[in-house]
Amino acid sequence: MQPIDPQKWLRNKARISPYEIAFWIAALIIPYAFFPNYLALASQIAATAIFCIALDLIIGYAGIISLGHAAFFGLGAYAAGILSQKGWGEPISGALFGAIFAGFCGWIVSFMIVRVQHLALLMITLGLGFLLVELANTLDWLTGGSDGLLGIDTWNLFGVFKFTFWGYTAYGYTLGAAFLVFLLCRRLVNSPFGLALETIRENPQRTTALGVPNRARLQKVFTISAAIAGLAGAILAQTTETVSLDSLGFQRSADIAVMLILGGTGRLYGAILGSIIFLVARDQLSGMNPQYWYFWIGLLLMIVVLFMPRGILGGLEKIKSKLSTKPNQKVDGA
Amino acid sequence: MNALETRNLNKAFGSLVVADDISIQLPKGARHALIGPNGAGKTTLINLMTGALTPDSGSVLLGDQDITGLESNERVKRGLGRTFQINTLFPELTPLESTTMAICERMGVAQNWLSPLANQTEAIDEAFGLLTQIGLADDCTKPTVDLAYGQQRLLEIALALATKPKVLLLDEPAAGIPKSESAALFEAIADLPKDISVLFIEHDMNLVFTFASSITVLVQGKVLVEGTPDEIAHDPLVREVYLGGADHG
Ligand SMILES: Nc1ncnc2c1ncn2[C@@H]1O[C@H](COP(=O)(O)OP(=O)(O)O)[C@@H](O)[C@H]1O
Ligand SMILES: [Mg+2]
Repeated sequence: MQPIDPQKWLRNKARISPYEIAFWIAALIIPYAFFPNYLALASQIAATAIFCIALDLIIGYAGIISLGHAAFFGLGAYAAGILSQKGWGEPISGALFGAIFAGFCGWIVSFMIVRVQHLALLMITLGLGFLLVELANTLDWLTGGSDGLLGIDTWNLFGVFKFTFWGYTAYGYTLGAAFLVFLLCRRLVNSPFGLALETIRENPQRTTALGVPNRARLQKVFTISAAIAGLAGAILAQTTETVSLDSLGFQRSADIAVMLILGGTGRLYGAILGSIIFLVARDQLSGMNPQYWYFWIGLLLMIVVLFMPRGILGGLEKIKSKLSTKPNQKVDGA
Repeated sequence: MNALETRNLNKAFGSLVVADDISIQLPKGARHALIGPNGAGKTTLINLMTGALTPDSGSVLLGDQDITGLESNERVKRGLGRTFQINTLFPELTPLESTTMAICERMGVAQNWLSPLANQTEAIDEAFGLLTQIGLADDCTKPTVDLAYGQQRLLEIALALATKPKVLLLDEPAAGIPKSESAALFEAIADLPKDISVLFIEHDMNLVFTFASSITVLVQGKVLVEGTPDEIAHDPLVREVYLGGADHG
């Protein structure tokens, strides 16, 4: 047996694979070249993927389950939307404003989140979503209430590229943001901090006995995650030029959790894959029969959870590793 | 000055008294055995020392510092390490990752979220050295859940050592591993640097009498008797209550 080189082993684990490069190139080219009529959908998918990656950080890596993460998505959306409505429509600074605002709110909420677990955690995150929807509804002079936030005007990207109905600029902008967020999160999960999160998820009792201040670590990742969710919301607000109450609501929180579970938690690409599958399927299926759409999602969710507990991407990885070990087993048997 | 000391610790779960006025001293460099029948409160005492449980009254001192009010993780930072009677590990992660994380935390770099883990070469090398020393080097890149039970027991100890403890509390380190291997495990514990003070819980009296420099016998949450292995072996009370009885747990 080859002696193990621990540094190399850890480095390889975090290495960029050719599949990843191929994926991002495809994500840039395919929608522009082959589906120019679907660029609005593609932007929506990219923004949702950002949101889903944010959720993966807390659920997949840190083990904090949330049914209310749309709260931060919506806060970011309203922050950027209102900023634009009040006269500052520069997209990049607006998106960062939404992210920082949502991150700040996430930091406040994190003090509560890290003190509870299991059912209490679900209820707190759920309650947070309900509360914010009602708050946004009540503050209709600011948010537009149930009519939604109108009058958002997003200026040209870099002062040059106009956001048009066709979504050329929107997709480039959103995909670029998704790529940057992905790079940042990839760094995070492969850092010492990322490893510490995984150990807390696996066994908080043990990390405590190793000197880890669990709560502080979890607060940090929750804040980062809230900021990224806010960024996603802000970008969607800017590119669609509207924000509605349901951007904060339970349905969106549940949808994003479903996407993450479908794609596979704790692997970043699962979040991306889940967003693509969910939104493409919704676009196609709900065209046929809108009421039926959740029937199929429900079925798919149950099948995936039963037969692929690590999600579709986890299932694919398993099949791939089975195929690559098979030849060895045959040699053993011979 | 003692490495670790408890003063009049009391703890009850409802009406069940599990720690009854316990005062124990662990001198520097000690190899101190804590013995007693099942349910005597041995694990509870370790939990009170580490802060996993809060005593109803009494105090815990690490060196000359009163640590009773400190959180568990802060006590670890001050040099109080432990292992668990039941494996308390990170199933999906490898021994290499688990140990590296523990060392990163000790070095104060576990907060770092913008540089790759692979750049922590010092921590990785130390982790690998520790795993080599304890005999886990060949399997250190397998998920912990795939390791043999005995290997997981070894990882328990490696993780505790990764915190560089001044005082190490071992809760039945050899529990569940074959007798032939437990002696080797205790040899490794005996070989730890002399400035680490060790308190261990163990049921095998041969191991206890071979490796302990001093012994505390705990029965129903009370210290029954304390002394050198020789004194304990010849104590009539111990013979009656514990060594002579059928119940060794
Ligand atoms: N968290 C707890 N709540 C209630 N009772 C407990 C708890 N932990 C331990 N006990 C009880 O306290 C007693 C001492 O347990 P323990 O310290 O584990 O004993 P030992 O390690 O000596 O076998 C046992 O009767 C056990 O059932
Ligand atoms: Mg015990």
